[in-house]
Amino acid sequence: MELAGSLRRNQTLKNQVEAESGVVLSDCYQCGKCSAGCPVAPWMDYTPRQVIRLLQLGLGEVALKSHTPWLCASCQACYTRCPREVNLPRLMEAVRQEARRRGMINEKKVDIFEQAFLGTLERYGRAHEMGLMVQYNLQSGQPFKDALLAPPLLLKGKISPFPMKIKDIAGIKNIFARVRARGGGRS
Amino acid sequence: MKYAYYPGCSLEATAKEYNQSAKLVARHLGVELWEIPDWSCCGATAAHNNNHLLSLALPARNLAIAEAEGLDVAVPCAACFNRLRAAEAAVRESESMQATISEIIGRDYRATNKTRAFLDVMVNGVGLEKIKEQVVKPLAGLKLAAYYGCLLVRPPKLTAFDDPEDPMTMDRLIDALGGEAVSWSYKTECCGGSLATARGDIGVRMIYQVLRHARDAGAEGVVTACPLCFLNLDMREAQAAAAHGDQLQLPIFYFTELMGLALGYAPKDLGLTTHFVNPLPLLEAKEILRHPATRRETA
Repeated sequence: MELAGSLRRNQTLKNQVEAESGVVLSDCYQCGKCSAGCPVAPWMDYTPRQVIRLLQLGLGEVALKSHTPWLCASCQACYTRCPREVNLPRLMEAVRQEARRRGMINEKKVDIFEQAFLGTLERYGRAHEMGLMVQYNLQSGQPFKDALLAPPLLLKGKISPFPMKIKDIAGIKNIFARVRARGGGRS
Repeated sequence: MKYAYYPGCSLEATAKEYNQSAKLVARHLGVELWEIPDWSCCGATAAHNNNHLLSLALPARNLAIAEAEGLDVAVPCAACFNRLRAAEAAVRESESMQATISEIIGRDYRATNKTRAFLDVMVNGVGLEKIKEQVVKPLAGLKLAAYYGCLLVRPPKLTAFDDPEDPMTMDRLIDALGGEAVSWSYKTECCGGSLATARGDIGVRMIYQVLRHARDAGAEGVVTACPLCFLNLDMREAQAAAAHGDQLQLPIFYFTELMGLALGYAPKDLGLTTHFVNPLPLLEAKEILRHPATRRETA
């Protein structure tokens, strides 16, 4: 009974990930080319090929716990080389978004960085590198990370303590609001 | 030749050299750049990792402004270029997506204009012959590794102007400027992007691999077309080398800086004085800054 329930839940998850990413999981015949060329594979718990295999076998709940979708650098090497044109970066996005919805943030620093990035973007319409780094350092509990790089960056005029805010900030806020209204966006 | 110009956030900050040098060489070569008024961030990796619609709507806002002017868009940043192309393709391929995106951004956008990488505009739009004619200080004797990274050439369906495994656009440009492009195997390997920040342990290893392979191939400098590649390689070079018990002195360049040099502009006008790895000793050693033509002028 428990096994049947688990398989059903995984089937739902599989359908959901397929719908969101546009990837047809059965397209993948497990040749492994994606993982041979993945520059981040040495640090992943499951290779990209294994993540697909987990989903194919109805073990999606294991895939949700994986760090792999969070470490994917979206470099597009796998997608470019896949003989079946499986869009793995899109699949990784869909898996991590579902994991995030379930509160499973497997790489906290990656998530803190991205949420801080989207935060400055929504507030100012542009990314503010210095504000982003300060916020990231504080929230990730490493206040002195890259601290030695800040003075030369300031001296070279490459970062500024002041954000540049665009005029049409209402337009940006509307974009975020309308995306949220469609059931997505930053939570 | 007129383009809408989308600099992107980095070019206003950590990549200001790229902005400065791109504008200068465009003007020199007769390419008019109309900076998209009140442009906004493309959303970068953070948007597409978190929400697909958001990742299309944010670039589309900028593309719509350029479309209303009837202009194609020239984009120096490889990452912005990739995101703008993704939005353009999604809207062009699907009527329902076109309607959805237009509604979200509150502007009509039909993707009738095209996004082009600034490198593509220079090499294939202006053309190497015309650039060659304008070279007054050839980069003679300078061995350079053309580093494309990921998003300029991948996925090829989106980027569509060069080979995804062995691109040559920047190599041919280096040759046209009088330099020597080395053959190497890491030209499209990923620098790790923002992993350098969020997972520094992984980032420095990826950065080191790129730099080490450039040096081992005989390069004296690395040429990029991406602000994130540049920042990772230039700012973190010393850190990446130290983490591997190695020492590196490889200056990193934007291709537009090298174009500017060869066209006769001074290093400070191109931003060559604000790099972390100072490129001036190399340029002086190669006597590129003191080409005979210039020596005659100052004598």
